[in-house]
Amino acid sequence: MSASLADRKAASTPPDLVEIRDLVVTFGDQPAVRGLDLTLRRGEALGIVGESGCGKSVTWLAALGLLPPTATVEGSVRLAGQELLGAAPATLDTLRGGRIAIIFQDPTSSLNPVHRVGTQVREALRLHRGMDHRAAAAEALRLFDLVGIPDSRRRVDLYPHELSGGQNQRVMIAMALAGQPDVLIADEPTTALDATIQAQILELLQKVQRETGMALVLISHDLGVVAELCQRVGVMYAGRMVEMAEASQLFAHPLHPYTKGLLAALPDLSGPRRRLVPIQGSVPEPGAMPAGCAFMPRCPDQQRQCTALPALRELAPAHHVACVRAPIMRAAP
Amino acid sequence: MLRYLALRLGRAALTIVLVVTFAFVVLRLSGDPAVIIMSPEAPQAAIEAFRHAWGLDQPIWVQYIDYFSAIAHGELGQSFRDGRPAIDLVAERIPATLWLTIPALCLKLLIGIPAGIHAALHRNSLTDRVVMAGAVAGFTVPSFVLGLMLVLLFSVELGWLPSGGQGSWQAGILPVITLGFGGAGILARFTRSAMLEVLGQPYIRTASAKGVPWARVVRGHALPNAAIPTVTIVGFMVGSLIAGAVVVESVFSWPGVGRLLVVAVSNRDLAVVQCILLLVATTMVVSNLIVDLLYGVLDPRLRGGRS
Repeated sequence: MSASLADRKAASTPPDLVEIRDLVVTFGDQPAVRGLDLTLRRGEALGIVGESGCGKSVTWLAALGLLPPTATVEGSVRLAGQELLGAAPATLDTLRGGRIAIIFQDPTSSLNPVHRVGTQVREALRLHRGMDHRAAAAEALRLFDLVGIPDSRRRVDLYPHELSGGQNQRVMIAMALAGQPDVLIADEPTTALDATIQAQILELLQKVQRETGMALVLISHDLGVVAELCQRVGVMYAGRMVEMAEASQLFAHPLHPYTKGLLAALPDLSGPRRRLVPIQGSVPEPGAMPAGCAFMPRCPDQQRQCTALPALRELAPAHHVACVRAPIMRAAP
Repeated sequence: MLRYLALRLGRAALTIVLVVTFAFVVLRLSGDPAVIIMSPEAPQAAIEAFRHAWGLDQPIWVQYIDYFSAIAHGELGQSFRDGRPAIDLVAERIPATLWLTIPALCLKLLIGIPAGIHAALHRNSLTDRVVMAGAVAGFTVPSFVLGLMLVLLFSVELGWLPSGGQGSWQAGILPVITLGFGGAGILARFTRSAMLEVLGQPYIRTASAKGVPWARVVRGHALPNAAIPTVTIVGFMVGSLIAGAVVVESVFSWPGVGRLLVVAVSNRDLAVVQCILLLVATTMVVSNLIVDLLYGVLDPRLRGGRS
């Protein structure tokens, strides 16, 4: 009896908001994502790290159906149980900007140069909240204030080229919030901005996440940024998830040799100065992936069993690693 | 804004002066109108008298200054042939030319722009390939070849349409198609590449990402941006409304400005040629000016002197 009650409760509010299963994305014959599993829980802040080209952005563009037709996407992406891959365009249009919003790396070129920024925000309000012009105008102003654009009354009537990069990213965030999404995907939201502006934008993302209770996916190659904002972190390498854990756990006890390498390559903020340790070699070309673990050629601990493709396994509570050597290494540090 | 406009107008005037000067010099270096009009066998005294009567015995710079001061007084000279004012000769030909070029322009716009947009939206599809093949044919086949082929098919073989002249409205059909086809090809190609460029921009992805339906992304986000480069080409076509049909008018014996120009050049009828060139330069410069002002309307980044 108690089990069925729990079941019913779980069914009414499934904890997993987005569920990605075995996602494969290829451009021509070049694989970009090679079998990715991922779950995003309601309201959590999930960080996805990895170097350029590891498939972290492509994963989410594929999930939203935003890749060009030259890409082939296979697998399954479910939003609260609803399959997104292959969904009808009309269905995707109500979900995109409505339940899932996304902001991009370069805010200025992500906004249409011939429309006023206010118009672009109002468009999202009219689409997803059915507001008339007057209501949308008032709500757009409120959103501009919420994301911290000063002198919003004047700025809604400006064009993207008349605003700074940081302000344009705030406009993008306002536009993303217009549909009151369950999840905001921030794809390297601060990479194109100055260091001081970066901090402000991250703070803003943290603030809106806290206030709205939406989930946040922060895609970044900056471990520091992710450590600060995210509860859970996934590390991607060559189109696959290699390690996933609570942020504190991952940074304190990394298990995958790639994660260890990334952390060793970071400078310490305190303590004696030391030489940074780079990861040897470079990411394999998409056309020339090794048969087994893609990190093997660069791994300091490569063994014969690494020629088999490692699955993502839970080695500690909520700590998943895709490395056949990890349990052994962990047992005998 | 006013200062910008004044600057533009000044530059436009300078362009016209340069074109007219160039035409003036070239025409006077390319043969003696007296000899051509009077025939080379005419007595020397008669030729001298003709030269004197038209001021051709003056040094070229004196003729040049006289010419410009005449223009300043609204005087564009008389035809050597029959002494009628050149402006009247040209003006009575303009309607005939516009009868061809305006419908041809509509044809270019109505075929070229939708075809280009369609090809861009269905890139690499069969229709894209067909449209692009047609476009390449449109602007690589010279208009006199196309014109003659159409005459061969529709006038000689099928007998459906007259091969030339201005007798009936049907006579205009073949020249309009000849003029329009090439222009439609050019416009389709430009529109397609402008659209493809725009469709690859991040803001198009943003529009899709915020849930704008695709048809609205195309209409509201892509087209206004793709219009900017396309307007340049359309402006060029509007600028050549007066003089764009020289070859086609000759092929179809259409009594327009283009044919008048050909006849006037071969006769060294200087006043008429210069009058036409002045008209052509003015329309081209004016349409360029309109295009420049349209840029400002279409693209807020190009608006100068924002308050």
